[in-house]
Amino acid sequence: MSEGIKVLSAGPGVTLQDRGRPGWLNAGLSRGGAADPQALSEGAALLGHSDDLPALEMAGMGGAFVAQTDLRLALTGAPMQVTLDGERLAWNASHHWPAGARLSVGGTVSGGYGYLHVGGGFMGHAQLGACSAHLSAGIGRAVQAGDVLAVRRDLGGPVGLALPVDDRFNGGSVRIVESLQTHLFAQNERERFTTTTFRRDTRGNRMGLRLVPPEGGFHIDSGRTILSEVIVPGDIQITGDGTPFVLLCECQTTGGYPRIGTVLPCDLPIVAQAPAGAPLRFRFVELDEATAAERKAASARQTLVKRLRPLIRDPHTIPDLLSYQLISGVTAGDDDTGEKEDKDGTVN
Amino acid sequence: MTQPVSDERQTNTPVICTAGVDGVVVRFADTLSEAANRAALAFRAAVEAAQWDGVQETSSSLVSTFLRVDPLVVDHDLLVNDLRTLLNSRDWYAAGLPEGRRLWRIPAVFGTDLAPQLAQAAAQAGMSEDEGVASLTATRLRVQTIGFAPGQPYLGTLPDAWDIPRQSQLTARVPEGALAVAIRQLVLFSVPTPTGWQHVGQTAMRLFQPEAPDPFLLRAGDEVQFTPTTPEKLHRMRRDPKGGATVTVIG
Repeated sequence: MSEGIKVLSAGPGVTLQDRGRPGWLNAGLSRGGAADPQALSEGAALLGHSDDLPALEMAGMGGAFVAQTDLRLALTGAPMQVTLDGERLAWNASHHWPAGARLSVGGTVSGGYGYLHVGGGFMGHAQLGACSAHLSAGIGRAVQAGDVLAVRRDLGGPVGLALPVDDRFNGGSVRIVESLQTHLFAQNERERFTTTTFRRDTRGNRMGLRLVPPEGGFHIDSGRTILSEVIVPGDIQITGDGTPFVLLCECQTTGGYPRIGTVLPCDLPIVAQAPAGAPLRFRFVELDEATAAERKAASARQTLVKRLRPLIRDPHTIPDLLSYQLISGVTAGDDDTGEKEDKDGTVN
Repeated sequence: MTQPVSDERQTNTPVICTAGVDGVVVRFADTLSEAANRAALAFRAAVEAAQWDGVQETSSSLVSTFLRVDPLVVDHDLLVNDLRTLLNSRDWYAAGLPEGRRLWRIPAVFGTDLAPQLAQAAAQAGMSEDEGVASLTATRLRVQTIGFAPGQPYLGTLPDAWDIPRQSQLTARVPEGALAVAIRQLVLFSVPTPTGWQHVGQTAMRLFQPEAPDPFLLRAGDEVQFTPTTPEKLHRMRRDPKGGATVTVIG
């Protein structure tokens, strides 16, 4: 049970993340969890397991990891350079990870947060109801070289699957609803906000990120004397000098700067994943439209498995082609006996 | 959608607003008052007790109660009706404080390099440094809400002179235990953080201890009084998670 993966090296922002710890808002603790929860759902679909299992979130840079036992892995979120024992692996896909094989994950190609999932999920260490590291609150810590990340027993499932996903890793247009202080901004300030193409600043983390307006900042007359009030992830807070900050999963729970709008939860991964310099635009929608969008997104998450397809691989790049075919044959012969030992089942 | 649902804008009339797709705020006033703070605390307790379907979490801020809901389960109009009915069921502004409140006496160093903004904050309040410290330690303050960071109290209400704005430029980082002032309130920071509040005092209190059986020291409704101490004594108090604070139950 204590076997898992050995961390040979890790970038500075590698942490275990699940869906976070709701329920502590009144004690001042934000939910946290994966910066891009959609990536958790995608990893779960690829491996055929629950989407509330912890995965390894890699901010900007991955690391080098060795499996201590035969594993299945999936890679989702921001695409990163990745090899397994020197062979390139497809992103948004599931793969075998044989014991002793070295997985090397480099920098992001686009986006901000990539995710490494293992069949069965990482064990983690639950605190206040979740395994997620919440570094701004002092819960957990970043993964470091020398760590062994224990993996729960894998009940089996497919590998060699790919999950096509829409690009959410280069900024774009996101929907917002009005927030607690939207009406305090003059109509022309709101219009200027929604007609501006912002750039994501280099300053940003899991708590929130700064937007660079191409022209001046945004202001209300009473901007600095608003009473502190609840903050939710997605809120766009205008600080005293007029700069917008979009608050993310690990944000503060209250704030006194005015909020001009709130990003829809289903669009928030586009903001969280936007790399420095990426364009971001905001569009107001009514609450009804926002709720409908959330409903549609939830439905799409629940049917992700329908979008899975066999990972197309060039046979010339598969050094152990014979063993793949052999395993397929064995699996086919076992069909009558149900799902036992489906762990090695592979589609290609 | 976030404009007040009703046109009731005068002080001490609650308004209901949306906060994002999945949040509703019941705000009891536009400015901080004792009555509105009590109302927010008591109303949150009543919403918790009601156990409505689809309400996933509640919290209270200075003068408002927040409900996080599942927007795919909760009909917004029906929820607003339920909230209206609950609001009309009693005078929330006359509500008492929560039971089991405690008085905390917390040692703090004011000024020095541990709290470098005492002089400028006192000057904005029209006081010398000594007058500022006397003013900040003379008053028993109440934990009006816990928020921003885990276990972190907003304390009030300070005398009128401390109605000074937040800084327009953020201080890049204040340490855990920092005591900072703005708009007639003190905040005692539970984690290192950037802030627009002015850093006037430093305590050794660890407000959030994730590994402890009870991870959060302070609760909304508790009372707090600061007592001046020296950097040397504060250093020794760092071994105590309570930072040398004493605590007594007051009701």
